[in-house]
Amino acid sequence: MHPLRKRRLILIIIMIIGVATATGFALVAFNQNLMFYFSPSDVQAGKAPVNRLFRMGGIVVDGSVKRSDTSTEVWFDITDNEKAVTVKYDGILPDLFREGQGIISKGKLNNKGEFVAEEVLAKHDENYMPPEVAASMKKKLPEDIKE
Amino acid sequence: MIMRFIYQLGSPPYFYALSGRLLPWLSGICLILFATGLYGGLVLAPADYQQGDSFRIIYIHVPAAWMSMFVYMVMAFSGAMALIWRIKIAEIILINSAHIGAVFTFLALVTGSIWGKPMWGTWWVWDARLTSELLLLFLYLGVLALYSAIDDKRKAARAVAILALVGVVNIPIIHYSVEWWSTLHQGPTITKFDKPSIDTRMLIPLLLMAVAHKFLYAIVVLLRARNDLLWRERRSQWVATLFKDGS
Repeated sequence: MHPLRKRRLILIIIMIIGVATATGFALVAFNQNLMFYFSPSDVQAGKAPVNRLFRMGGIVVDGSVKRSDTSTEVWFDITDNEKAVTVKYDGILPDLFREGQGIISKGKLNNKGEFVAEEVLAKHDENYMPPEVAASMKKKLPEDIKE
Repeated sequence: MIMRFIYQLGSPPYFYALSGRLLPWLSGICLILFATGLYGGLVLAPADYQQGDSFRIIYIHVPAAWMSMFVYMVMAFSGAMALIWRIKIAEIILINSAHIGAVFTFLALVTGSIWGKPMWGTWWVWDARLTSELLLLFLYLGVLALYSAIDDKRKAARAVAILALVGVVNIPIIHYSVEWWSTLHQGPTITKFDKPSIDTRMLIPLLLMAVAHKFLYAIVVLLRARNDLLWRERRSQWVATLFKDGS
């Protein structure tokens, strides 16, 4: 390779490495802020902020969904399979909301230890399959499909 | 051998002739891929167990998102070629890819948003995947803005090439964002080493659509590049001979 071209190539490589290193340091430094949600264990351990909005993510516990007869209020527990926190929400739940589904809610803790959500989002997992496959998997591996 | 081919490709008349011969083939294959991919995805593939028919937006959203990153890598690679070898064709591919990449990125963001509203319950969240993809759109727009701000197009291409190369750092961030951080966006369905977590009847149309989008990009970038090339070389001998007999 021509020496001039070689020098340009080396300059480009150094530039990319430099930018990548700088970005890497910045991302590591802001790692906590880039996390979208806290887990119920974090919340129980007191890692989540007090008196400030934050997000909590986990799986809706089977059989924990209770609806009010007179309003759109709903209560349910979410868990990360270690700890569970009760969520109170007043509003329309997304299509994918169901027991055993991963969800992310935004809100605050009240003094009863309940998480009062302003927003409930359903997290979709990476699995795509037709209903009959899902049904036969549920029979064979009930633990897997819950995750 | 490969170097000789690259040098030959760098010659404007050769590039113009070769791309002219390639285009009908590319268009034919692209059409077949889109037809089979769309039929497979919209008609043959079964509905999803949770999302029903809404999951079918995957056949636009995922290929568009893949293309947004693929086109960026082509753009950055052409940028490196333009900086090191000062090849005019590389400069043309670089800038004409930016428009197409911006469109694919926009498409990925919009289709994701349309799917997100019913499924997640929101049009938009500032999680790592969505934010880094939005940053990619701004990088494309930045490349286009910088290019049109400089009058000397050869100098402009070199300035843009540096911007494109700096932005490469965003590509692994987009790709790994769902693994490094907790995000609302789901993790990868199709990975190199694991069995994909999607039914085969759903997967095959998705792969067909992904390849179809690659061909679509090739066609559009060649058409744009040929146009751009003719305009830049309008005073040169080979363009004059090409259009002498009024064809």
